[in-house]
Amino acid sequence: MTLTPQAPSGWQRLHPLTPLVRGGGIVVALLIVLAGSAGGRRSGGSVLPYDLAFVALVVVMSLIKWLVTRWKLDGVTLRIETGLLRRNSRQLPLARIQAVDVVRPFLARMLGLAELRIRLAGSNSASGRLAYLSGPLALDLRARLLAGHHGLDLATPEPAEHALATVPTGRLVGSTLLSLATFTTVIAVAAIAALAQVSKPAAAATGGTTFVYILVLGRLTWRRVNEQYGFTVGQAADGIRIRRGLLGTIAETIPIQRVQAVRKIEPLLWRPFGWCRLEVDIAGSPGREQGTRSPSVTRSLLPVGPLDTAGVLLGTWLGLTGPALLRPPRRARWKAPLSYHFLAAGHDAALAAASTGRVRKVTTWVPLEKIQSIRRVQGPVQRRLGLASVHTDAAGKRVRAEFRDREVQEANNLLKELTELSRTARRRVTSQQSITSAPPSQHEVATPATDSPGQHTSPEGWYQDPSARHQYRY
Amino acid sequence: MTDVNGSGFDSSIAMTPSPRLWRMRLAEVAVVAGLLALVVGVSVGASAGISAGAGAAAGIAVCGLLALVFVQNRFRTWNYQERKEDLVVSRGVMFRRQSVVPYGRMQFVDVTAGPIERMFRLATVRLHTAAAASDARIPGLERQEAARLRDRLAALGEAKAAGL
Repeated sequence: MTLTPQAPSGWQRLHPLTPLVRGGGIVVALLIVLAGSAGGRRSGGSVLPYDLAFVALVVVMSLIKWLVTRWKLDGVTLRIETGLLRRNSRQLPLARIQAVDVVRPFLARMLGLAELRIRLAGSNSASGRLAYLSGPLALDLRARLLAGHHGLDLATPEPAEHALATVPTGRLVGSTLLSLATFTTVIAVAAIAALAQVSKPAAAATGGTTFVYILVLGRLTWRRVNEQYGFTVGQAADGIRIRRGLLGTIAETIPIQRVQAVRKIEPLLWRPFGWCRLEVDIAGSPGREQGTRSPSVTRSLLPVGPLDTAGVLLGTWLGLTGPALLRPPRRARWKAPLSYHFLAAGHDAALAAASTGRVRKVTTWVPLEKIQSIRRVQGPVQRRLGLASVHTDAAGKRVRAEFRDREVQEANNLLKELTELSRTARRRVTSQQSITSAPPSQHEVATPATDSPGQHTSPEGWYQDPSARHQYRY
Repeated sequence: MTDVNGSGFDSSIAMTPSPRLWRMRLAEVAVVAGLLALVVGVSVGASAGISAGAGAAAGIAVCGLLALVFVQNRFRTWNYQERKEDLVVSRGVMFRRQSVVPYGRMQFVDVTAGPIERMFRLATVRLHTAAAASDARIPGLERQEAARLRDRLAALGEAKAAGL
C-alpha cells in the first residue's frame, strides 16, 4: 500500500457516485422494463411517464440518502450517521471490531468503488456499513480501523500479507458438483431415463419437475462459484486475510484473536479426493439477513482444499499440531453406533478439539480462552454404560467442541481440568492485552494521532513475524 | 443432597431453590390433574355410567401422583454453587446436566417471574453468555435471594469481565 493518508478528520461524505450504484440496479432493471413496454404496447401512452417518474423517484431517494449520510473516524471510534427523518447515529468502538470486509459488488467494482463493512459482536444491527467509498480510501480506512483495533497508532501502515493457500477454479467447481444434491439429481435423471423406456407420458411429467430442480441446482452452483472464485487466504499481522469473488469481490480481514472456533468438515463425497473445508466462527448473531451480502458469523477459511493445505492453515493459527485426539471407550458404540467411527476429542493448555459425524466428519477446535461455559451432560443410556459428555461452548449458536461419551471418571476430570485451564488461558490473554496493546482509554481519544501522521508512520508498530504474534497469543 | 452428579465437585456449599418451588410444582400438577380428572370423569360418567367415570378420574389421579414423583425428583436435583470464579448449576433426573459458567463470561442476567411464580413469591434467575448453549438457569428462588444473586452476578461479571 503506498498511501499518503491525508488524515481524514471531521465528517466525511460517501463517494459522490454512491447514489448511482445504489439506485443503479433498480434503474437498469426499470429501463429494460421501460424499453420493453415502450416497444411492446404503444397504445398505453400513460405507461412511459409513470415509469420515468418511478426512476426519478429512486434516483432522488438515493441522492437524499447520500446527502444525509456522513461518517467520521475520531480516535478510537468510527461514527456513522444516516437517515433523513429518523436520524441514526452509530458508534463503532474499534477495540470491539470482529471483522472488517471490503466488498465490491459488480457495478461498484466497474466504477472503482468499494463498500466497507465493520462487524461487531452482537446482532447485525450493530454492524457498520460504509457504502460506497472510493477503492483506495476503503483500503486506507480498513488499515486505520485495524491499527486502531490492535491498539496501534491509526497511521500505522498496513502490514505485509503473505498468501497461504488458493483454490483453483477447477477444484472449486468439481467440489461443488460433488455434493449430495448433484448426486440425487443424477439418480433422478437416471430414473427418468429408465421410466421413459416404460411410459413416455410419465417420464415427461416428472421430467418437468426435475428440470426445474436442475435449474435451481445450477443457480446454487453458480452462486457458490461466483462467491468463492479465486479464493485466496493469507496471513498478515492484523489478521486472517481472505479474498474471493468473480463478478463482485470481497476482501475479508479477521483479527486472529477474534476467532471463536475453527471447524474442519470432510463430506463423504469429498473423502476419496482427500478434500476438506475449513470454517471459522466469529462472535455475533447471524440475524435475519443471512443472504450473500450480509456479514456472516461463519466465515470460510478454505472452501475446498487438500487435507495437508488445511493442516498448514490450522498450524498457522492453532499451533503446529493441536491436541492429540483420544478415542472414547469401545462401549460408546452402543450409544453412538454411527458416529462412533470418527468420535474423538482431546485438549491441551491452549485448545479443546473434538471430531464427530459419520457422513460428514466435523472436527472443531476451540481456543480455551474463548470458552463461554463448560457443561457435563449425561443421558440415561450413557449412565447405564458409565459414560458422560463434556461440552465446551464458544460464542455463537452451535459453536462447541464436544467431548462425547467419555468414561465418567474422565469426564469429571475433564470438567475440572478444562475449567481450570480455560481460566488460566483467559487470565493470560486479559493480562497480556492490558500490558502490551493497552486499549486506548477514553482520555486518549482526543490525542492528536491523526494530526501528525508523518512522525508516527512506524512499521515497527506491527508484529512483523506472524508466528511471533502467534506465540504472543497463546 | 451432596454431589448430585457424582462429579467430584465439592457440593457442601451448594444452594438449592426455595422449598416453595416444590409447593408451586405440586400445585401446578394438582390443578392440571384435578381439572383433567374432573372433565374426563364427568364426560365418561355421563356417557358410560358413574362407575366408569369414577375409574377414569381415579386413573388420571394416579397418573398425577406418578408425575408428582418425577417432578419431586427433578426439584431435588436442582442446585447451584457460587464459586470464586464461576457459577455451577446442576439439574436433571434423566439427563443430568452440570454447567460451569465463569462470571467473566456473563453478558447479562435475567430475573423473570411469571404469574404462577409471582403467586408463590418466586423468581427465575438466568445467566446469559455469548454462547447460546450455556445453560445457567436457576428457577424457584425467593425474591430476596434472586435479587441478591442478580446483584452479585452483575458485580462479579463486571469485575472479572473478559472480552469476546
